[in-house]
Amino acid sequence: MTSTRSSTASGIGRVLIAVYAVMALGATARSLFQIATKFDEAPFAYLLSAVAGLVYIVATVALIRSGRTWYRVAVVAIVFELVGVITVGTLSLVDAVLFPADTVWSAFGAGYLFIPLALPVLGLIWLYRVRIAEGRR
Amino acid sequence: MVEWFVWVQVVIAVLAGTAAVIAGFAKVTPNDYSLGATLLVEALLIVQLVMAIVAPFLGNVATGSALEFWIYLVSAILIPPAAVMWGLIERNRWSTVILGVACLSIAVMVYRMSQIWFVQLA
Repeated sequence: MTSTRSSTASGIGRVLIAVYAVMALGATARSLFQIATKFDEAPFAYLLSAVAGLVYIVATVALIRSGRTWYRVAVVAIVFELVGVITVGTLSLVDAVLFPADTVWSAFGAGYLFIPLALPVLGLIWLYRVRIAEGRR
Repeated sequence: MVEWFVWVQVVIAVLAGTAAVIAGFAKVTPNDYSLGATLLVEALLIVQLVMAIVAPFLGNVATGSALEFWIYLVSAILIPPAAVMWGLIERNRWSTVILGVACLSIAVMVYRMSQIWFVQLA
């Protein structure tokens, strides 16, 4: 690769990064609001929302940056998201007190048009395609 | 917030967003139409900003959390300019899709803002 540009940030990967950036902004801002105003109602869920927001930020940065390390960071961040949305999504249907409806991963991200569920799947498919295209790593 | 204006905003943002996403996948690079539509979405947000400042003085107050409303509004106002800058710097079809994603995000955020303003009794 002679390009100085990160391969995960090329082509449709650009769109993925843009969606991640919006999710990072949305999830982080909302969880900070929730922690600031109604932390007592569901401390665990709101803290987890903040963590989710931070992981979206990490994923956004990792997809923009090039190199093996950032590629691995992206994989870890996106797998974390997938596990998170499935785990919290399931738990939120079982225990509405521990996980109220207004967090990013509740009900599999229904409050965010299920983007939190679709995004990690698309992200992993994209990372896999980049890896195949480069034939290394 | 004024309900009919919310619907104007949502409809325009959805139309602009959908058209840009389709255009991007059809290999159209950012042009005056997609950039202009995104700027229109931004202009409507600025109008909404002014309306949200004035409305409480006219007795039209948010039923939900004003802070949450403002976090959404300020965040929303930042998104279209970022997408437009992206579209101006990088002139390929994916930037057109990104303009679309930005507009669709605004549609969702404005809808969410209207819920906070009108129906949320927090």
